[in-house]
Amino acid sequence: MAAEMLSYLDRNSPIHRLTGATKLLCFLMWSAAAMLTYDTRILLAMFIGSLVLFKLSRIRVQEVSFVLILILLFLMINNIAIYLFSPQEGVNIYGTSHQLVHLVGRYNMTLEQLFYQFNITLKYFTVIPAALLFIVTTNPSEFAASLNRIGVSYRISFAVAIALRYIPDIQRDFQTIAQAQQARGLDMSRKETLGRRVKNTASIVVPLIFSSLDRIEVISNAMELRGFGKNNKRTWYSARPFSVGDFIAMAGVAVLLAVTLIVTFYDGNRFYNPFLAGV
Amino acid sequence: MKKNLFSTKTIVAVGIGAAVFVILGRFAAIPTGVPNTTIETSYAFLALMSIVFGPAAGLLIGFIGHALKDLLFYGAPWWSWVAVSGFVGLCFGLVWKKINIDEGVFAKKQIITFNITQATAQAIGWFLLAPVLDILIYAEPVNKVFTQAIVAGIANIVSVGVLGTLLLLAYAKTRVKTGSLQKDA
Repeated sequence: MAAEMLSYLDRNSPIHRLTGATKLLCFLMWSAAAMLTYDTRILLAMFIGSLVLFKLSRIRVQEVSFVLILILLFLMINNIAIYLFSPQEGVNIYGTSHQLVHLVGRYNMTLEQLFYQFNITLKYFTVIPAALLFIVTTNPSEFAASLNRIGVSYRISFAVAIALRYIPDIQRDFQTIAQAQQARGLDMSRKETLGRRVKNTASIVVPLIFSSLDRIEVISNAMELRGFGKNNKRTWYSARPFSVGDFIAMAGVAVLLAVTLIVTFYDGNRFYNPFLAGV
Repeated sequence: MKKNLFSTKTIVAVGIGAAVFVILGRFAAIPTGVPNTTIETSYAFLALMSIVFGPAAGLLIGFIGHALKDLLFYGAPWWSWVAVSGFVGLCFGLVWKKINIDEGVFAKKQIITFNITQATAQAIGWFLLAPVLDILIYAEPVNKVFTQAIVAGIANIVSVGVLGTLLLLAYAKTRVKTGSLQKDA
């Protein structure tokens, strides 16, 4: 039941010293670049780059390994599903067919398919270290300030801050309610029939939701009393000014995004095709 | 209660709503027996919040809640489905003034309005937007994403239809009906 969750890890590293706004912008540009391109060369370069950044941040792999295992499991299932549904996708994309293993029907394994799925997997591997770094090196209270800094309305930024602040509380509420109901003999596992499971889950979810609605009432009254939302702007306790490092980081990732866009769309195809060159 | 699209209360509702969405999405998904397919209680909750607090709240709870859930528990947001969560949250909320749940009435007429809206919104969201975005952003095989989307979409429509309706009924009961007080003769 005690599922682990990614959270802020306080360290003294160059990545931690960057402001939240810089990390948010860099993370968004980084994911945009990784999402848009299928160019294997760029993805590989970005993957290596993200490993270097990970090393710089002094975060140990063990500290995030629980999430890595989940991701690997997800990627494996995803890859199997892609192969089951569309074993010739790579042939369609790259236009050639180098057969490796002969299997039943359309399930012949081709080099193109392997390369295509390698690219899909690589795409995740370039985003994951960046996303993990962003979460574990950004102080949650600075996160809201940085959203506001990049132009998101402070009301919405504050909503995000509230969400981050209350996720642990609500998780605790959920566990308390779930344990209380289980002590009364309610079973949510596969041992029950589907109908009963829905009913039993409802008896946990309903109290959780109604206690949260009460919470909304209390918090919004408190904020209203303190005059929240009166002015068009607000300051943030945890906001920090930009330093030289921030500008270097942002410029670096911006250049990366630009290069990615140029290389990716230069020949009008998102995919890097090594099979054409060889022919 | 005054119906304001973007009051302080809406902001708090978005914050707490996103937090509850995260927790329900992670812990209160009911396994159906089909691999990788769960009945998501979080969308039923999203429907309740959209009907109570309006489309703006629905959009933000869906978007922020789903993005945070992916980030905190799986390490990277799956942007195409995050966008669709925002979209369905927005659409659920479109009928908030029509249903007006704070009057304490959620009878046959409101139930039908709610279910038609949620089924249409989710059909567009899951059967159309999610797979198209998957193909555009992630270039995944067409038949795979459509199969996934249709299974998830049906599960979500059913879950919002059953659990969402029940939640709204329970919520309506907690509101005081207008004109429910009578002067003793």
